[in-house]
Amino acid sequence: MSSKMKGKKLPAFAGPLMAVILLSVILTIVSAQFLTMDNWMNILRQTAINALVSCGMLMVLLTGGIDLSVGPVVALSSCAMGILVQRGVTNPLLLIVVALFVGFLCGGFNGLLFTKLKLPHPFVSTMGARQIYRGLALFITGAAPIAGFPAAVMFLGYQNIGSIKFPVCFLAVIVIFAIMGIFLNRTALGRKIYSVGGNKEAARLSGINVSSTLNFAYIMSGIMSAIAGIVLVGRVGTALPLAGETYDMDAIAACVIGGASFSGGKGTVSGTLMGALLIAVIRNGLNLLGAQTDIQYIVIGAVIIAAVFVDVVRGNAEARSRRLAMAKKAAE
Amino acid sequence: MGEVAVELRNIRKVFPGVVALDDMSIQLRRGEVHGLIGENGAGKSTLIKTLTGVNIPEEGEIFVDGKKVQFHKPSDARAMGISCVYQELNIVKELSITDNMFIGNYVKGKGGLLDYKYMNRKAREIMASMEQDVEPTELCGNQGMGQQQMVEIGKSILMDAQVIILDEPTSSLGEKEAAELFRTVNILKDKGIAILFVSHKLEEIFELCDVVTVMRDGKHIITKPSAEMTKDELIAHMVGRSLTNLFPKIETHPGAVALETRGLTRVGEYYNIDFQARRGEILGFSGLVGAGRTELVRGIFAADLPDKGQIFIDGKEAHIRTPRQAIEHKIALLTEDRKLQGLVLEESVEKNLTLVNIDTLKKGFLVDMGRIRKQADDAVKKLQIRTPSVDKAVGELSGGNQQKVVIGKWMNTDAEIYIFDEPTRGIDVGAKIEVYNVMNELVRQDKCVIMISSELPEILGMCDRVIVMREGEKMAEIDRSSVHFNQEDIMKAAWGGKLDEQ
Repeated sequence: MSSKMKGKKLPAFAGPLMAVILLSVILTIVSAQFLTMDNWMNILRQTAINALVSCGMLMVLLTGGIDLSVGPVVALSSCAMGILVQRGVTNPLLLIVVALFVGFLCGGFNGLLFTKLKLPHPFVSTMGARQIYRGLALFITGAAPIAGFPAAVMFLGYQNIGSIKFPVCFLAVIVIFAIMGIFLNRTALGRKIYSVGGNKEAARLSGINVSSTLNFAYIMSGIMSAIAGIVLVGRVGTALPLAGETYDMDAIAACVIGGASFSGGKGTVSGTLMGALLIAVIRNGLNLLGAQTDIQYIVIGAVIIAAVFVDVVRGNAEARSRRLAMAKKAAE
Repeated sequence: MGEVAVELRNIRKVFPGVVALDDMSIQLRRGEVHGLIGENGAGKSTLIKTLTGVNIPEEGEIFVDGKKVQFHKPSDARAMGISCVYQELNIVKELSITDNMFIGNYVKGKGGLLDYKYMNRKAREIMASMEQDVEPTELCGNQGMGQQQMVEIGKSILMDAQVIILDEPTSSLGEKEAAELFRTVNILKDKGIAILFVSHKLEEIFELCDVVTVMRDGKHIITKPSAEMTKDELIAHMVGRSLTNLFPKIETHPGAVALETRGLTRVGEYYNIDFQARRGEILGFSGLVGAGRTELVRGIFAADLPDKGQIFIDGKEAHIRTPRQAIEHKIALLTEDRKLQGLVLEESVEKNLTLVNIDTLKKGFLVDMGRIRKQADDAVKKLQIRTPSVDKAVGELSGGNQQKVVIGKWMNTDAEIYIFDEPTRGIDVGAKIEVYNVMNELVRQDKCVIMISSELPEILGMCDRVIVMREGEKMAEIDRSSVHFNQEDIMKAAWGGKLDEQ
């Protein structure tokens, strides 16, 4: 690295972006189908749900927490729409509002478990909530999938735009990520999320309302999962009470690959989006190569470990150069 | 007097920016209780760490039983029979007494399994030798602090320690437990063990120690049999008489009472504190570490709520339940620990400067980046924060500059009452003076400034009035014009003595 480069930090999305590019080059060489418009639109479609869930997960990770209930929230919010459809509700706006409201309630419940009941760590409380939401989804649907949604609800997950068939769901991802990026960096509440995650006590003693900031992050996670639930209904045409079994881990993986830290205060929406995209490209590539799911699991697992490892190495290097600089200063 | 068990000769230890030990010597003899006393920051902890092999001195020699040795790591000192019972006990509460004593040195029986029968018997024997009748299979967490300390001492005996260092051993004990500890110390003494007893309490030194050593500024001041010492003599040695003029004190004109407390109490921390702080003055809080000063101001700021008592701001009673409300009452608390409580270390200088007032920097829905940048640039200029850029992570700045960022964060609010808790701890002299100048500036603007400090010269140099606390109680309130406004009398109050009638 040249001395000029040293002062500037690469943005968090650079790592996964380079990985996406590198992987794309390789896949283009080994598979004729990879670099086609159809396939890429497919990748974006496959990215959308994970990206949406990850966006909410990022909020929670930034506060130093975790939300293991995202998958069941996706299922429960879509099933809530489903039972209304079964009872003859056809107003798409009402259905969507109900789904978002379910996400809001689930997220709010998660937040209150942590901030009001003072449960020690959201890992445990959201793990409990996860079972409850899954149980509720199975209960209200009688464990059966529900079909027959109105087209206006399906639109988000199903519709494509133009001749290149650009998926509407990914357009939604872009819009939401842009809004979230501005929210996190340019609004008072967004910056408070970073402060709370970086140092809860300093934030509290600076007069930041830590509890409401935390509650907000969990509610956002719930709402983002609900949006993912709406997209899912559009894609598969049915509400599935057992949907989203792996969504929590996929979302955490996307955030972590994108540079988010488990200790809070660190992570960006752009990194997270690239993380989600990288996961989708890997899955897609392995599918094209005819690899089975077993291989997919192994590769994605390795990528997560590698991403965290790179992060650790980078953190150590930064800490070392900081220490050396301090020592140099002290010696003067 | 017994033979010398361990001796430090002409030890020098330097940390970046401070000489912690300077030409320090001490001899610990078998069968003798040696008291070590000195102000906060006199170098007692560094001395202990040198004896236990935690710190490696740059110069000087260490002798054990007359033979010159070198410690490279803590286990070297332990192997030589030197052990320390620290103020913060190394007890795993979830484990039994036996486990705690044998942790790291478990005894295995035939077949490689742990031999609990032997270990329990041994633990019982050792505790019995200190006249402690305990059941070794009991969990340590179920024992009182005194008992837990006994377990630690027992651990030292198990390792055949010849020198035992007790670091502020009575600070967390009740009176009865302390008496019990003294009895144990005398038993150890009769066994021919050398004991170094570090304490903040003069009475204990006189009651227990055969000889006493006074330290100041990392140097050895005096060693004398405690029977030949008086309390006043000890204090005079501790504080010394050097009062360098590092304090840009300005003339002040104390005005109206800005902050008043009545009967403020948080059980276990501070009791019935009444005081008034005025605009246009600097009010100091002096006392030993652990006197309850930090806890008191945290109570006022609602960082930890007081149990009872009233707080008045500008003469009106204020019901402050959260730090947010304290800030709305125009109080600023610059916490003692800036890294853990003042700053978000990974975030930039600029962002840290917005921690308190981000809500006032909005333009519509968004925050106003221009004003944030301007606020940061202004603070850097005004407080002379030395940083290559306002985008630099605050954790990468020096301690003094971090402290200035904390100050800047609060100056960006329109606070009227500024509480500085140990504002100059761990920062260099130049930065200290800059911090004092900030206080002067605030006083000139007719704000109310409160400073907690454990450094007496700083209290004497900057404050218009000082309140002395000891063990959670207000002991004295001394005006700058009073004859008692001097090191000896403040120390006397801090150590529990009475001031003469004026």
